Amino acid sequence: MSVIAVPKVRSKRVTTGVTLSRRTGMVFVLPALILFAVFIAYPLFTALSYSFFSWTGIVRGEFVWFENYVTLFTKLPYSTDIPNAFLHNILLFVGAMVFQNTIGLGLATLLHRVGRFKQFFQTMYTLPYLVSPLVIGYLWSLMLSPLFGPVNAVLRAVGLDELAQPWLGNPQTAIWVVVIVTAWQWIGFPVLLYGAALGGIPQELDEAASLDGASAWQRFRSVTLPLMVPAIGTVSVLTFIGAMEAFPIPYALGGSQGNPAGATDVLSLLFYRTAFESGASNAIGTSSAIATLLFAFIFGVAVLFTVMLRRAERNLT
Amino acid sequence: MTATLTPTAGPRGSASTPPDAHRRRRQRPTVGGFAASTFLWLYAAISIAPLLLMVSNSLRTTQDMAQNPLGLPLPPDFTSYQKAWVTASFETYFFNSIFVTVASVVLSTAVSLLAAYAFARTRSKMFTSLEGLFLSGLMLPVYLAILPLFFLLDSLGMISNLWSLILVYAALGIPFSTFVLAAFFRQLPIELDEAARLDGAGPFQTFWRVHLPLVKPAIATVIVFRFVPVWNDFFYPLILIRDRDSYTLPVGITRFFGEYQTDWATLFAGLTLATIPLVVLFLIATKQIVSGLTAGMSK
Repeated sequence: MSVIAVPKVRSKRVTTGVTLSRRTGMVFVLPALILFAVFIAYPLFTALSYSFFSWTGIVRGEFVWFENYVTLFTKLPYSTDIPNAFLHNILLFVGAMVFQNTIGLGLATLLHRVGRFKQFFQTMYTLPYLVSPLVIGYLWSLMLSPLFGPVNAVLRAVGLDELAQPWLGNPQTAIWVVVIVTAWQWIGFPVLLYGAALGGIPQELDEAASLDGASAWQRFRSVTLPLMVPAIGTVSVLTFIGAMEAFPIPYALGGSQGNPAGATDVLSLLFYRTAFESGASNAIGTSSAIATLLFAFIFGVAVLFTVMLRRAERNLT
Repeated sequence: MTATLTPTAGPRGSASTPPDAHRRRRQRPTVGGFAASTFLWLYAAISIAPLLLMVSNSLRTTQDMAQNPLGLPLPPDFTSYQKAWVTASFETYFFNSIFVTVASVVLSTAVSLLAAYAFARTRSKMFTSLEGLFLSGLMLPVYLAILPLFFLLDSLGMISNLWSLILVYAALGIPFSTFVLAAFFRQLPIELDEAARLDGAGPFQTFWRVHLPLVKPAIATVIVFRFVPVWNDFFYPLILIRDRDSYTLPVGITRFFGEYQTDWATLFAGLTLATIPLVVLFLIATKQIVSGLTAGMSK
């Protein structure tokens, strides 16, 4: 849940030289390598293997090939919970994409053009992104409270009484609350990254188009937007990863059960619940199968998208 | 690739200011300009209002909020802070969070500095693939490997021990930290190393005396930027910490929300307490946070 940036494939620089022997270099790398190996690499490989065994509590049983995976798609509650949770993850992704590529891109473009108070606005937009998502989730759960939540109070104050309702108690509205709160918190990040990308576009291009009589919209549409494709692509990959890993906001808004009635359930919650709260005897086998599928899906799509993006970028230049 | 992180210019390079100013003059009087700033201010309000409301409500009593959901904290009432801090154990959670965050960020930055230096000053397949391995951690959903991690730490008797969190967070920080730091070390000219060697300095002395002082801006970025996710993380302590006295703030908050459900003022105060350190950090280190956020961007 700490994915921050997608690194570019590093281009070899001629200026970089060699001053460390392999042995000395190894001494420098070793502390990091040990930490990485013990707490990241080893658990990752082991987690994968867990899903191929049958478990009784914490005792590993026999090797069962793909039986745990078959269970996920054929046995209740998994066969209904997984599509339900997956759909919600996709909604989180789509919601964030729509929000950041309309309002977010608009804010970044205006900030770049207007320029006044730029840093102040950036700070305002980025603050929710830095606050703990768990705090954000709980904060909104209080704000949307049916009894004395400020949101309903505002709706009543402006005469929209019929809209005031228990937002998080109604399965129809609860998932949209999660989607909007997630997109609202996330947007500071796209605004910053789009801003950095806009700053990297040469001014002359815009000015040349302006001299040719292009309107502000035409300049945005035909000059700025195509040059923004790499930034939008990078942000989209990160948005995808973030949406698939969603955990604290749904947990704060709907608890570990995805209340009401699974309406706010997401895959990470399902994994957590299966592993630590279900009490099923094969909890480890089943939850590891969920984790492995989710892992493969996130990593697979992220890599595929990044490769496509690199190719598109190369074609642009 | 690393223009946003060069030692001299931040992400908002000063070179772009004059054309901006020029354009601003041209656009100010238009209707579009007015609509634009309305939009910017409006969204700033949408962005910040919930956080202001959180602070404002933390200074009111629960009774006051029930009677008037949209009231102002006049006069401000600080008793809910006292309640959250003392009665609801926020003091314990807060200091646990500080300890875990500081220790893990220091550890992760230290080991990443060493590794990044080696990556920048060697050129063999082995180191290239090791660096690639570390970088892959940026895109992998590593939290899904929590079960083996739990068993590993359990077998070491480290469940509910804050050091288990510190070691895990330190490891999780390595991909981002080595990525940023290695890019920085690569920009330092090789002549520095040669001069140091002529003066009789060994590899570690060269690293410590010559390179370390020069990468201070990158170290600041890494430290500030890793602080945020570690301070905010909820998943690992939820699973690895079972003992109440070792809770960090995020897990403390979930327990607290179960127990103080109706005590709104205290809930708002608790949320505010968990948020203050981040806001302070952001306001004093905006530059590092912004360059950390944009570190993955090219151009």
